Amino acid sequence: MSTDALAGQREALAHRAHSHTPFYIVWGVLLAITAVEVLLAYERLQPVRMLSILLGLSVIKAALIILWFMHLRYEVTRMRRILMASLCVCLVLMCVFFADAFRILHLGVR
Amino acid sequence: MADMAVEHRIGHSEFEPSLFHTYSNKIGMWLFILSDSLTFGALLFSYSYNRISNPTWPTPFHSGSIINATVMTGFLLTSSLTMVLAVSASSYGNRKAAIRWLLATMFCGTMFVVLHVREWIGLINEGMTPGKNPWGAPQFGGTFFTLTGLHMLHVTIGVVVLGVMALRSMGKKFSSNDIETSGLYWHFVDLVWMFIFPLVYLMSTRIE
Repeated sequence: MSTDALAGQREALAHRAHSHTPFYIVWGVLLAITAVEVLLAYERLQPVRMLSILLGLSVIKAALIILWFMHLRYEVTRMRRILMASLCVCLVLMCVFFADAFRILHLGVR
Repeated sequence: MADMAVEHRIGHSEFEPSLFHTYSNKIGMWLFILSDSLTFGALLFSYSYNRISNPTWPTPFHSGSIINATVMTGFLLTSSLTMVLAVSASSYGNRKAAIRWLLATMFCGTMFVVLHVREWIGLINEGMTPGKNPWGAPQFGGTFFTLTGLHMLHVTIGVVVLGVMALRSMGKKFSSNDIETSGLYWHFVDLVWMFIFPLVYLMSTRIE
């Protein structure tokens, strides 16, 4: 690792050490979103609608954890793009199997 | 030309600069997290596949189970906060604070595992095994125990790793880079639970 990059990271870490307020705010938001999710479980929503809302909230929580707690927002843009793009592409590709799950549900195993 | 090129490299740096402008341990941990994400992703997709294709999918989680899982989630989220405070303290060279926050993170992680084991015991006592359950589709037990079991294993390993970090910090092997790297792992474990909790628990509630 180059000396400049190391110094830059140290500076960013030192800056973060001065103020912990953002971390407490993110923690509070995460707890609040969890509370909303649990309240939704007590409502009798349609399963597909419920699933859509829960997955949307989970993605928001994941983004908060990755960006703030895992410090990805402090990393170089190149690292952010490569890591997240490769992960998202691989996970989205797995959705191809759901078509088969619906086929079994409607037609049975043939 | 070749001599000039070699001379140029030696003059500036012995090695090529890092692509991501950070230390190799952190890049290695991010790569591990990527591969582990795909493992958990595959398990979550497998669970969802079975759920969609089985109209008789069980909904065994009553109000008590949801409260228990919510408290578990609270412990994990709080452990992420204490972990990020440990990383922050260590980057500032505050060894005592870093150890204190690491121990707090271990406590929250341990509480999560204890509550999870208690819940597993309750389900097993109700007749659930990996191969069968009294409520519906038999695939539920296998997918549930595999998914939550692998996650619980990750949490347990994380608690042990943080314990090692705390012990090293008490001695002469204090390293803020190591604490930050283990913090990445811990946050990832928290991140995975943010998908398991709604998909497995909240989507399978039996609340009258």
